[in-house]
Amino acid sequence: MEIKVKINGKVYQDNIDADMLLLDYVRSKGCYSAKRGCETANCGLCTVWLEGKPVLSCSVLAMKANNKEVTTLEGLEEEAKEFGAFLADEGAEQCGFCSPGFIMNVLAMKNELENPTEEEIKEYLSGNLCRCTGYMGQLRAIKKYLEQKSKGE
Amino acid sequence: MFTADNYIVANSVEEAYELNKARNSTVVGGMLWLKMSNKKFKNIIDLSKLELDKIEETEEEIQIGAMVSLRELETNEILKANFGEAFKESVRHIVGVQFRNCATIGGSVYGRFGFSDILTLLMSLDCYVKVYPTGIIPIEEYAKQKQENEILEKIIIKKHNYNISYLTQRLTKTDFPILACSVAKIDDKYRVSIGARPMRAVLVENELSSNPTEEEIVKLQNHIEETVKFGSNMRASGEYRKLLAKILTKRAIENIGG
Ligand SMILES: Cc1cc2nc3c(=O)[nH]c(=O)nc-3n(C[C@H](O)[C@H](O)[C@H](O)COP(=O)(O)OP(=O)(O)OC[C@H]3O[C@@H](n4cnc5c(N)ncnc54)[C@H](O)[C@@H]3O)c2cc1C
Ligand code: FES
Ligand code: FES
Repeated sequence: MEIKVKINGKVYQDNIDADMLLLDYVRSKGCYSAKRGCETANCGLCTVWLEGKPVLSCSVLAMKANNKEVTTLEGLEEEAKEFGAFLADEGAEQCGFCSPGFIMNVLAMKNELENPTEEEIKEYLSGNLCRCTGYMGQLRAIKKYLEQKSKGE
Repeated sequence: MFTADNYIVANSVEEAYELNKARNSTVVGGMLWLKMSNKKFKNIIDLSKLELDKIEETEEEIQIGAMVSLRELETNEILKANFGEAFKESVRHIVGVQFRNCATIGGSVYGRFGFSDILTLLMSLDCYVKVYPTGIIPIEEYAKQKQENEILEKIIIKKHNYNISYLTQRLTKTDFPILACSVAKIDDKYRVSIGARPMRAVLVENELSSNPTEEEIVKLQNHIEETVKFGSNMRASGEYRKLLAKILTKRAIENIGG
């Protein structure tokens, strides 16, 4: 099947299988930040943005992204680095396996919600599982990051 | 995960239906449920060109296209203005935002899943489905039908003065509900729907007055006990579900202010 997709600003044109997953497609373009975790739509590890909205690339066919724009962590290096520093400061990362999907969703939340409450933050991120940290460090990191952003720093 | 030979973007509902008639074809909504099957499909039919991803309001009704995502149901202003927080409440526990950006109302209603939050809520409203080629039928009728190769186009909800309370019990926050209960006061009549029994949602007949008394509520609870079937699975027993159904119904009526 013919497909034309913009990934992180670069246009790709290919002939792919009808049942190829978006996850495999972005990885075939070198975007290895998107990972296969549960593959049952539960863990959030495979999160990418499709037309700016966070989706589970393990559960979207690549063809669904035809003529659309996909963003992976590789396309958000600056922002990811900035938020990553907050994660490190709060000791909110251990094995780091969950981080790419988690960061993609935190950045999506920052774009979508204005001054989210703690409850809203927890709810927005409930589809991102982390088996190491217990989430409290992540929550602190997000709050401090959003606080800095709201000050325009 | 299933396999598929072709990915076809349908140009019309008629075309989608013709393609979907073949046993080895399937319509795809958000794909989240479909993905778990191991079937070998010839054609995957994509409905995204059919403008079914809109929520529209007319004088008499709200129309929700089958391709509208669960996340849109949660955040849409038209739905909020007409139904308060009910739609948000019915989907907010479903996995996560990324998931709800993918999953569609069409896939959820067509699936008529025994655990469905969305079906439970819709059953309690003055709601219809537009199905090709059948036409427009009440959701409670559609909920009883077998899954065929019809195309679900729209969910239609008639406008009234709604006051809705949607409640579920879950073992953990983002898990399937072990019981779902939706009570809607529509003008001055009540509609009560019980889902995640764990069979398909059902409407419960009731004789509630516009300001139900304690006696009327107890009568309804007894009626639920006697007439609604509950089953057991790994999450909960039928007995527990029956107790939950009675108490959640009472709470929902109280939330509405009855
Ligand atoms: C891990 C997980 C947890 C879940 N938890 C919950 C929960 O707590 N509560 C809840 O209510 N739901 C839950 N669901 C179900 C979910 O919300 C969706 O209902 C489900 O994924 C189907 O929606 P979809 O858009 O992904 O449909 P798909 O998987 O694309 O399709 C489902 C079926 O509907 C058919 N179909 C889709 N659209 C149409 C159409 N327009 N016309 C005709 N046929 C159509 C498909 O052919 C397929 O047979 C869960 C699902 C998963 C995978
Ligand atoms: S790999 Fe996609 S949600 Fe887990
Ligand atoms: S840091 Fe290990 S899974 Fe999150």
